[in-house]
Amino acid sequence: MSNTTFDWIASLIKAVIIFVVLLQLVPVLIWLERKVVARMQQRIGPNRVGPFGLLQPLADAVKLMAKENIIPTGVDKLVYYLAPVISIVPALAAFAVVPFGEPIHVAGRVVYLQVAHVNIGILYVLALSSLAVYGITLAGWSSNNKYSLLGGLRASAQMISYEIPVGLTVVAVVLLAGSLDLLDIVNQQVKQGIWNIGPQFIGFLLFVVASNAELNRAPFDMAEAESELVAGFHTEYTGFRFAMFFMGEYVNMVTTSALATVMYLGGWHGFGPDVWYLNLIWFILKIFAFIIFYMWVRASWPRIRYDQLMGFGWKVMIPAALLNLAATAVVIVVAKERATLWLTAVNIALFVVFLAVLRLVNSRQLEQHRQVVPQPDAVRG
Amino acid sequence: MNPYLPILFMLIIATAFAVGALSLAMFIGRPKGGNERKLAPYECGIEPVVGEVRERFPVKFYLVAMLFILFDIEVIFLYPWAVVFRQLQVFGLIEMGIFLAILLLGYMYVWRVGALEWQ
Repeated sequence: MSNTTFDWIASLIKAVIIFVVLLQLVPVLIWLERKVVARMQQRIGPNRVGPFGLLQPLADAVKLMAKENIIPTGVDKLVYYLAPVISIVPALAAFAVVPFGEPIHVAGRVVYLQVAHVNIGILYVLALSSLAVYGITLAGWSSNNKYSLLGGLRASAQMISYEIPVGLTVVAVVLLAGSLDLLDIVNQQVKQGIWNIGPQFIGFLLFVVASNAELNRAPFDMAEAESELVAGFHTEYTGFRFAMFFMGEYVNMVTTSALATVMYLGGWHGFGPDVWYLNLIWFILKIFAFIIFYMWVRASWPRIRYDQLMGFGWKVMIPAALLNLAATAVVIVVAKERATLWLTAVNIALFVVFLAVLRLVNSRQLEQHRQVVPQPDAVRG
Repeated sequence: MNPYLPILFMLIIATAFAVGALSLAMFIGRPKGGNERKLAPYECGIEPVVGEVRERFPVKFYLVAMLFILFDIEVIFLYPWAVVFRQLQVFGLIEMGIFLAILLLGYMYVWRVGALEWQ
């Protein structure tokens, strides 16, 4: 077998495996989300179909498949059909460059544990995951529904706003690694002795918040605010077309979690022996930790107002991300070999200061609130 | 083999899945008739208020999009700089400092004129 044939077969097999795993993760995640959120709200969650309600997503899939295929009057047909496809295809393709293990040797040849080993990996993931905005905007615009249009517009404005902080925090990681290759980023974290969550702690926090907004998840789910926009951009979508949007959303969630794992949590590295299947388990565990964290956030915070959302994005996230980048660059130049140590120290110090300021502001606001709102005693007096 | 080729495989598989699943759904779930109300766009369950749906919407959205383009291009410029930063050292720091300072000026202006407010 020639090298080229081997490469072709290997990458085809990898592509199919990743595709199947990603697609199968969607029902698992839907079940997990419903169960986790239910438990956090003192409910039981799905428990009728199969053991622990595990077959619920399957039943839903069958139901969605068999739904009447209604096309509302006045929709822009081509765009209306295209939107769900546009929202799922880039989501699936974005995962192609995420490495989930050290390259292994099969029959004397190197096989990368990622579908495509390209040297601009991180740029590729960012580019494809930001294509998600097209699906949502086009769906909203083509639906011939006022709620959909508003939902689509809001979502597009929100997603492009939060893309800037995501991009800026990623630049800081690239600064440390000196490479856009995701494999290099993981290896560099091992080499520097501490995962990037240390020297990039603030960046990590910014990335988690901004990517949450980028994913359109609560508390940033303005695009589908049920209380104002019915269902937002997918109001007019039924059956499997509707399901496509959700698959896209969940696949994007997996990709973002994988990206965060690779950039900040040392990828597939963990404790114990360094064998590929253990590494894989570590990788999956870290991804699921992220996903459950996102679910936890969703269960904990109320949806925030749209002007607050945009204000927060442009006035807090972007300056903070820029500052983080500048600080990282300066420390790298000044501290040279000891940059990692200094960055970790500076980040933790900054985080403590941030918490203190937050506490101060909170208590100040509470004080003002007490002064403005008359206390029961004052009313009586 | 070109390292980007597997991405094409992935795209083809994903597109095939999406188109196939949608076609299948279209085949299984053929509409069963009903009156025209069933096909009307949803608006509180009553007949849609007269008027074009895709009419004008707030200019704010255009503004955000334009600001995004400016800042996003800035971010893209940062990537090659970040890759070679360790070689450039102080020179790179000053160079990017000037670039960012100019942009920061614009950012402050945008903030001052109230383009970041949303009412």
